[in-house]
Amino acid sequence: MKLIIAIVQPHKLEDVLQELEKAEIHLKTVTNVLGCGRQKGRTEVYRGRKETGGLLKKVRLEIAVNDQFVKPAIEAIIRGAKTGNIGDGKIFIQNLDECIRIRTEEKGHEAIG
Amino acid sequence: MINSGDTAWVLISTALVMLMTIPGLAFFYGGLVRRKNVLSTIMQSFFVLCLISIQWILWGYSLSFGPDIGHFIGNLSWAGLRNVGLAPNPDYAATIPHQLFMVYQMMFAVITPGLITGAFAERIKFSTYIVFTLLWATLIYDPVCHWVWGTGGWLKNLGVMDFAGGIVVHITSGVSALVCALVIGKRRGYGREPMSPHNLTLTVLGAGLLWFGWFGFNAGSALSANGVAVSAFIATNTAAAAAALTWMFIEWKLVSKPTMLGGATGAVAGLATITPASGFVSPFAAIIIGIMAAVICYIAVAVIKLKFTYDDSLDAFGVHGVGGTIGAFATGLFAQKLINPAGANGLFFGNPSQLMVQSIGIAATVIYSVSVTFVILKVLDLVMGLRVSDEEEVIGLDITQHEESAYTLLD
Amino acid sequence: MKLITAIIQPHKLEDVLQELDKNEIHLRTVSDVIGCGRQKGRTEVYRGRKETGGCLKKVRLEIAVNEDFVQPTIKAIMAAAKTGNIGDGKIFITDLVECIRIRTGEKGQEAIG
Repeated sequence: MKLIIAIVQPHKLEDVLQELEKAEIHLKTVTNVLGCGRQKGRTEVYRGRKETGGLLKKVRLEIAVNDQFVKPAIEAIIRGAKTGNIGDGKIFIQNLDECIRIRTEEKGHEAIG
Repeated sequence: MINSGDTAWVLISTALVMLMTIPGLAFFYGGLVRRKNVLSTIMQSFFVLCLISIQWILWGYSLSFGPDIGHFIGNLSWAGLRNVGLAPNPDYAATIPHQLFMVYQMMFAVITPGLITGAFAERIKFSTYIVFTLLWATLIYDPVCHWVWGTGGWLKNLGVMDFAGGIVVHITSGVSALVCALVIGKRRGYGREPMSPHNLTLTVLGAGLLWFGWFGFNAGSALSANGVAVSAFIATNTAAAAAALTWMFIEWKLVSKPTMLGGATGAVAGLATITPASGFVSPFAAIIIGIMAAVICYIAVAVIKLKFTYDDSLDAFGVHGVGGTIGAFATGLFAQKLINPAGANGLFFGNPSQLMVQSIGIAATVIYSVSVTFVILKVLDLVMGLRVSDEEEVIGLDITQHEESAYTLLD
Repeated sequence: MKLITAIIQPHKLEDVLQELDKNEIHLRTVSDVIGCGRQKGRTEVYRGRKETGGCLKKVRLEIAVNEDFVQPTIKAIMAAAKTGNIGDGKIFITDLVECIRIRTGEKGQEAIG
């Protein structure tokens, strides 16, 4: 089992979710986050003063999947989130040692999805 | 003779001016600070209403409008509202109860120190703020109010025109705000860390309420439900609109995009600027005054403030001090007896001496406000300390000064 | 590759970000979280009633790094976030199996940072 964490542009979230649906990946957790990588931070104007800096608004997507779903999930995220511009985001993949469904106490492969 | 129409209008205007402080100013400023300081900022507006409401009845009204001592200040024979009854006082307003004039003026005395809070937002100690406000109201607002509006006041005798408080309210508070920003110093991290407004929707709500309340402030200053009130009402709305549009176009052209905060700031600058002139000028002059307000206040907050790197955090000086000064000056240019026979003509209507009189009024008020504010701050810094500790400032005033927080993360 | 997750005091965030920048670690994701450990919860006063409890506001910082950046990242966070008081926070380090840059599809070491 793997835990996939993707950081994507907020305005691409809807597309990513649709692509994930198409790939039959339904389990997901979404949070608002701030972040930056190569993209240097946003510029805003307050009373005529430009302020650059701080962090950019991003969306963080957490998806737990069985191993055979890792590739489809990654492809779906890229299809939904990629524009080719700096700031498209990243995908991180971690091993998941265990997964438990709270309602039934099922564990492992059963519990995911 | 009490006139019921006039009385009704001034009662409503009193409530409108109250609304300018809370929630108008409270939200206008509250949205501009960081999330961790929103309650402390709103509290400063809230408690200035409470403090000055009491101060005004106990001694403030008497010092401002009571029988004159040496053209400088009123005496204490009206303290605690002795001799201030329901019969009209013809010196001030012949058709409404004297107590109504008193409470209408109270709301002006309330909002004026409230405006200053924009300069030291996010770092002043609440206890010091309370003492500062009482001292400032007593030592600066009350005397200057007497000079300009009190019977026997030396600026009034000189013929200075200030319809609704450009000098008394906006210049006194605005230049004092600059002194506060300089004496108290910058916020920790100012210029290095982004200090973006945390909720501009609150700020726009506040600006809208200020605009609404300003009809009571300016048109109410006619103290009568008459043609002058209507003229002041129209000038007020016109200048606010012209200034907001001008600010928007400046930002669009010079910086990048038209912004909401720019529009709201422009409107408030226009309102502050038209204040002394409303009731004396035509709608066309109000458009020009609005445009001047936006251009000059824009330069003050976007150019001068950056160049001299003082931290007038919410632009109390840049908007109110600068706006009030332009307005008091413009009154000497655009005033017309045709609009208000009780006033005088300005430079453009053949009376250059009025400009001189206005300039004396502005200069005297600036010099007096700046020096007395400086002394008050220095004394309070020694006795109580002005700033919270560095750590308290970083954690935020809501939690450290008040043990409250405005927003929870969940629920 | 490692994923470093740090839970820190919100008012230390600005210092930590600056310290990370100094160490050339630019990629980061920040989110508001609540939590508590040994620190028992903040005391607040509502209408004269003191309320202690619930969880405290914290900031979660996620930083994906290559192995050689793990120590510098930890040091930078420690340097800026440590006050010595209870509530300074924690740092967790987990293995990252894969990292993908959405814009280019680069993978692994290339994609980080």
